Amino acid sequence: MTTKPLYQEPLLETPFHARTASLNQTNEWGRWAGYTTVNCYTDLATEYFALRHAATLFDVSPMIKYRIAGADAERYMNRLLTRDIRKLKPDRVAYAVWCNDDGKVLDDGTVFRLGESEFLLYAQERHLAWLQDSAIGYDVTVEDVSESIAGLALQGPLSATVLKAMAFDGIADLKPFGIARYDVSGTPLTVSRTGFTGDLGYELWIDPDGALELWDRLMAAGSLHRLTPIGSQALNLARIEAGFIQTNSDFVAADHAVRPTRPRSPFELGLDWLVDFDKGHFVGRRALLRERETGPRYRLVGLDIEGRKPAHDALIYHGKARQVGMVTSAMWSPTAKRNIALATLDAAWAEREDGLWAEIYVNKEIKWEKTAARCRIVARPFFDPPRRRATPAPDC
Amino acid sequence: MTDDRKYGAIIIGGGHNGLVCAGFLARAGQSVLVVEAADRLGGAARNAEIAPGYTAPSCAHILHLLHPRVRAKLKLRRHGLKLAARRMPTVALDPDGNHLTLGGKRITGSVPDEDARSWRRLRKRLLRMAGALHPFLGRTPPRLGGESWQDRLTLARLGLSLRMLGKTEMRDFLRIVNMNAADLLDDELSDDRLKGALAFDAVLGTNFGPRSPGSVLTWLYRLAGEAKGGRRGLAIPEGGMGAVTEALAASALAFGADIRTGTPVRRIVVEGDRATAVELESGTVLRTRAVISSADPKTTFLDLVGPEHLDTGFLRRVRNFRTNGLAAKLNLALDELPEFTGLDRAALGGRLVIAPDIGYVERAFDHSKYGEYSAEPAIEITIPTVHDASLAPGGGHVLSAVVQYAPRDLKGGWDAHRDAFADHAVAAIARYAPGLAERIVERQVLTPADIEREFRITGGHWHHGDLAIDQMLMLRPVPGWAQYEAPVAGLYLCGAGAHPGGGVMGAAGMNAAQRILATRKGEDAA
Repeated sequence: MTTKPLYQEPLLETPFHARTASLNQTNEWGRWAGYTTVNCYTDLATEYFALRHAATLFDVSPMIKYRIAGADAERYMNRLLTRDIRKLKPDRVAYAVWCNDDGKVLDDGTVFRLGESEFLLYAQERHLAWLQDSAIGYDVTVEDVSESIAGLALQGPLSATVLKAMAFDGIADLKPFGIARYDVSGTPLTVSRTGFTGDLGYELWIDPDGALELWDRLMAAGSLHRLTPIGSQALNLARIEAGFIQTNSDFVAADHAVRPTRPRSPFELGLDWLVDFDKGHFVGRRALLRERETGPRYRLVGLDIEGRKPAHDALIYHGKARQVGMVTSAMWSPTAKRNIALATLDAAWAEREDGLWAEIYVNKEIKWEKTAARCRIVARPFFDPPRRRATPAPDC
Repeated sequence: MTDDRKYGAIIIGGGHNGLVCAGFLARAGQSVLVVEAADRLGGAARNAEIAPGYTAPSCAHILHLLHPRVRAKLKLRRHGLKLAARRMPTVALDPDGNHLTLGGKRITGSVPDEDARSWRRLRKRLLRMAGALHPFLGRTPPRLGGESWQDRLTLARLGLSLRMLGKTEMRDFLRIVNMNAADLLDDELSDDRLKGALAFDAVLGTNFGPRSPGSVLTWLYRLAGEAKGGRRGLAIPEGGMGAVTEALAASALAFGADIRTGTPVRRIVVEGDRATAVELESGTVLRTRAVISSADPKTTFLDLVGPEHLDTGFLRRVRNFRTNGLAAKLNLALDELPEFTGLDRAALGGRLVIAPDIGYVERAFDHSKYGEYSAEPAIEITIPTVHDASLAPGGGHVLSAVVQYAPRDLKGGWDAHRDAFADHAVAAIARYAPGLAERIVERQVLTPADIEREFRITGGHWHHGDLAIDQMLMLRPVPGWAQYEAPVAGLYLCGAGAHPGGGVMGAAGMNAAQRILATRKGEDAA
């Protein structure tokens, strides 16, 4: 047992570290769930455009992963999550959130149904105690398998082309949110048509021992298709364009929040479609039913903002006077050619057609300037190419 | 919706709180059924025949907390509750026979004048503070952050009640409330026997030793229960503790309630997120508008309702509700009255306490922390047959003792140690009553593990769960759910696991009934 204080603990290296480290020309590293991960390998613009125009590799190994298995696994998942997991068939993936007793979101993630009674839950934050306490009275085992699965996100219009070059039979016919199984030199590989970019893309899951070989084989297969490793900065731009929210960026995980008004319900995050009141009891249901009566306090919305200046951390006003919300993620979208943002507004203002203004602060050579930009609530995703859903997957 | 519900309310458990709740509901015109798993009513407040003709109180053996409103509104006197003894003095036993007798504010025995005066002052002070707490035993605790006027009123009353003690006394209350009893006693008194007996009162039925912080609060809480019922002081009913149960049952029946014994419940049926019925072990399903459980919170929620109907946070809190009992019961059938060195026959009608000094009680407690029973246990003894000869055959007597500490999770398990423990407890009493062992016709020992099994109380805790500041008032049984209601609509708690806890007080049953009646009034109006 190590007794070192946390700050002396070195960050862990992912199974792909030998490759990511040698390619990381900027030497910019970030901290993700206890791992050191690449922020940007070479140049943000290059990585971003490779993602939208060719194919990219992103190391998602630090994702928190839980394996849930046992006779009651389906009942258990249905109790834990707000959506009806009975509708999820084996070898399919679903996006989901889970709540505390107050109906406030603890995290969001993806559920992989590996079989009738086996699931993998991918999360942003750690929840083992909550997941295990939720299992009281259920015939399931919940284990943290984060370290036993290495993951790569292969995303972009040429991602299917790269996989075809790997000679993965039938990969083009894999439907969005589907799971397929292959092997790399005898090591089992699970491929899911999922991702955090809103583009055509896949995630590849493999035993850490097979990680480097998978990387090398992919890079070789993608060499003619400009397959580019990307860091978390480029990924973040893509996920904003896709309109995806991120725990502890766009809202505080309910069990992290200190201030009682900070946690958010699925309704407040605009995730009404994930809540199924007809499936029987689930954690937070009673609180969410009450909220359905009284209405949410906030709404998370997509904004289209006038001008080109990204509205980072901007406060949102109504009529330039009354503060009604704030921006949590913002960017100029090169692909959508729009100035976009995710924002949380007081619920009463989330239906307004007009009158919303973003107060944007811009640093012009060590001089802050404040501008007000008109904004409009728009549908998400901001960028939604047909290739994302097309089956068979196009070569583009 | 067609209504095949015969009963407006079904109460699970025919212990005293279940019967009190049934009485109050029936009295208000509700149709009520009580289902009790055992063949006899009364739960931990019933009589047990421990040998032919010998009737002992199965668990509780002193009636001192019964809420005055329960006694009056349920007309318990009319239904046969008579006291065989009242204002029983407490005798602080001394190994050398120099016993002290505490009767109200008076101390008899050789005690320094200064201590006698100090005790009168301290007692008055504690009783005033306890009196300020007493009104809250008979009320639904307020929901913090609640919107209702009732919640705010109750909270305001609690503040006002303490403020009305006066500035000096309120400050004193706030100063001592989280102290330990030993420090407070050492501040005020010098006599070891006196301090020992009082320290024992402070920790009786708790998971505390006299040096545990918060033991002043548990003492005040006990005194609060006694404060108003206290006019009768420590009492023993005619016919034994079971007579309380019989009077409560008679009262409930007279008000129109139905009672079925030998009717264990398998589960509480939840449909559409509402408790709609009780399913018996026999398979019979009884539909009802309200299910009221006097079972402990863990049994109610974990076993009868089931985790699938409960949110994880609530489930966690219920599981963390501390329920491990530390008090064992020893009942002895004796062929004649035991002789205690230095006590006459009349004195044996008192409550005898073996807690000769604070350190003795604290050392007894120490063992329990490590899963051992006390090498030298602290003991509370009554001999009910001194007051009521009908409880034993010709010339025989019953000695009833609460023996502390006997942790529920004993190292090695109780089955291997039950007899040794009983021998030990008998020997501890025999130190004050030589010859006791030769007079024993039969002995019965109930460890917390036995109490758990026999009375279906998780952990075998007399109060269904520790009484400590984090499990009291609006935090009992768990924060956010102290209003006798449950997350599942139509389900209520009325047992000792709810505010204000156990002891034969009946307040939990009474408060729950009032809460349900108030809810019904609101529902019927709407």
